[in-house]
Amino acid sequence: MSLAYYPGCTLKTRARNLEEPAVASMEALGLKLDEVSGWNCCGAVYSLADDDLIHRVAPVRNLTRVEKQGKMELVTLCAFCLNTLKRANLLMKEDVEKRDTLNTFIDEGIAYNGEVKVVHLLEVLRDEIGWESLAQKVKLPLRELKAAPYYGCTLLRPREVAIDNVEAPSVLREFLKALGATPIDFGESTQCCGSYQIISNPNDISEYARVILSSASSHGAEALILTCPLCDYNLGQGQKELSKKSGLGEVPLLYFTQLLALALGLDPQVCHFELNYGSPESLLMAKGLLS
Amino acid sequence: MTRKVPVTISPKRSRSEFARRVKELSGQNLQLCYQCGLCSGNCPAVTNMDISPRRIIELARLGLEDEIANSKTVWICASCLACAVNCPRGLDLSKVMEAIRLLTLRKNIDHVRPEDIPLQERCELPQIAMVSGLRKFTG
Repeated sequence: MSLAYYPGCTLKTRARNLEEPAVASMEALGLKLDEVSGWNCCGAVYSLADDDLIHRVAPVRNLTRVEKQGKMELVTLCAFCLNTLKRANLLMKEDVEKRDTLNTFIDEGIAYNGEVKVVHLLEVLRDEIGWESLAQKVKLPLRELKAAPYYGCTLLRPREVAIDNVEAPSVLREFLKALGATPIDFGESTQCCGSYQIISNPNDISEYARVILSSASSHGAEALILTCPLCDYNLGQGQKELSKKSGLGEVPLLYFTQLLALALGLDPQVCHFELNYGSPESLLMAKGLLS
Repeated sequence: MTRKVPVTISPKRSRSEFARRVKELSGQNLQLCYQCGLCSGNCPAVTNMDISPRRIIELARLGLEDEIANSKTVWICASCLACAVNCPRGLDLSKVMEAIRLLTLRKNIDHVRPEDIPLQERCELPQIAMVSGLRKFTG
């Protein structure tokens, strides 16, 4: 069985360590991720101004093409893409006037009504495969790995597109348990990393990163588990300097898909650990999960 | 954070073009706000702001454009929506912040110039950082 899949720009370059283990893992689980043909950038952020339709063209065009290709469900991996596509989809479902304007402008030959269901890969694992079934397919349980789930913002906010309970999400916790790891809860798991402020206020980002990383670390986490390439960059790129300044040890950052591939017993090369921040390879070797 | 801003409030200012445009662009009814401050309390960036999110709402609905224009708050907001999901009145403050940013950006006044971002950083940043940042900070 195959699932229509939207990768987005970053997964093809900086975040190959998010995408490639996902594609390999899903194939191993019998669900092939089938890339939508003709996809374009989703715009990364959903426009928050009521009159700004031009910035909704990019995500809606993607959704229109998915429907034209006969698919009614679209799987995303990048948390930013999920948020933008899902919010644009909601607009097409609920606002008749804007829907008509966008359909006329996009001119793809169909009137798109917001009927494609946009989901995140974590939802596929939770709702279509199920944690018990996933646990049965684990070949290398991630025993003794204490991992803190970090959700960031876009998987959970706004409420109408959240993939889980906004206040107390559990999807990453359950995912980690299914793989045999020990999930570590900490208070900042849904706190913003500073997002796009990295291009104008990098100093603020270092402070946000310090708060998040030191909290996870003080709760006993050996690694932080991520879903978003911008969280990865914001929490990772300044870690060496942060570690010098604050004395905080480096916290390895891992994408959830890398842990999935590892636990399913796939070739670790598919995980591209060389692209990660915080040297997770030495941690994984110490835990006997990597040789 | 407390900062005293001497202001003159009047029905004329609260019905100003600025107040009307913020309401129109954000789609938010600012009169719903009862100033409980949960938005500020949940904002992870509030300590870097010179005017708290709660006060931005109050200034915006009073039409106090200059006070807002002189503040860096809307340029510190990362649209994380911690305010929106916690607002007991159902207001989405991230849309108010965006509306205020756009009133500047649409005058062709950019907050960030791409050429000012160091080349090495431009090469290293993930695309979503560049696309989202330039979407939020340029017109």
